[in-house]
Amino acid sequence: MKFGIVTFPGSNGDYDAFHAAADAIGEESVYLWHKDHDLKDCDVIILPGGFSYGDYLRPGAIARFSPIMNEVVAHARRGAPVLAICNGFQVACEAGLLPGALLRNASLRFVSRVVTMRVENASSMFTREYFKGQVLSIPVAHGDGRYTADSDVIARLEGEGGVAFRYCSPAGTVSSEDNVNGAVNGIAGILNDAGNVLGMMPHPERAADPILGTTDGLGVFHSLLGGVIA
Amino acid sequence: MQLYRVPVQIIPRPGILDPQGAAVAGALRTLGFDNIADIRVGRFITVDVNATDAQDATGMVRRMCEKLLANPVIEDFVLEEPTLQPGGQS
Repeated sequence: MKFGIVTFPGSNGDYDAFHAAADAIGEESVYLWHKDHDLKDCDVIILPGGFSYGDYLRPGAIARFSPIMNEVVAHARRGAPVLAICNGFQVACEAGLLPGALLRNASLRFVSRVVTMRVENASSMFTREYFKGQVLSIPVAHGDGRYTADSDVIARLEGEGGVAFRYCSPAGTVSSEDNVNGAVNGIAGILNDAGNVLGMMPHPERAADPILGTTDGLGVFHSLLGGVIA
Repeated sequence: MQLYRVPVQIIPRPGILDPQGAAVAGALRTLGFDNIADIRVGRFITVDVNATDAQDATGMVRRMCEKLLANPVIEDFVLEEPTLQPGGQS
């Protein structure tokens, strides 16, 4: 399976994503420049973390009009997988690949630490190597991660398996104390209706190598392969 | 064609929690401004455009807001009256 990692001006998670895809799971990986129009026959597109275009106007607002996004949107419309991490999640929301938006953290503080989140949907192409209710240790690093959407969108996400991950305590309970950014219902990651676009604020690619202290993010990559985690 | 300046206010939609506004309100209350009921912090943008008339200028900036300048999920926008600027293309 071939992974394509988009590099926008200001991306800083692209090398981490490349390392996870190329080294941690050993798949062919290439960088895709934001000004290109060629997805180079990649099977999975990763929109990485960072501060594309300096987060000017709104995070992701300008990146979504990058030339390569036309192809990324077409790729997603074909049902092919798009993994949108952190700033990539913001870009995906701005591009209409996912519903809702990401607002300034309720604390107004940038948070950079390992948090715990619970797997809410373990049947998607990104999460099938986990089990429902599994608690993952995974880093976050964002200032604008407070997921929000209209109440009918939230109801649909909650009712139809659209919530992939939710912030929780290490024991797996959900409360406002463990909600790192004030997201609606503690939502950390969502799937689109077709289930082929995952947007998440936490960084699975930074939890994909034992040297990083947690490998709990590897399941996202293994799920895409359809393989089995030991 | 004449040059028009169109000011745009972009404000968080009602019901959207605005922690920045809340922090500013808290600071002002600390300074003794006890009568504050609410503060919302948004963004103010001026767009200078070459247009045939004020209506044309407003229409263009409205489309800019719908396409990029505002995110309808979280923000409302208000267009102010265009004002004629010196130096328009003819």
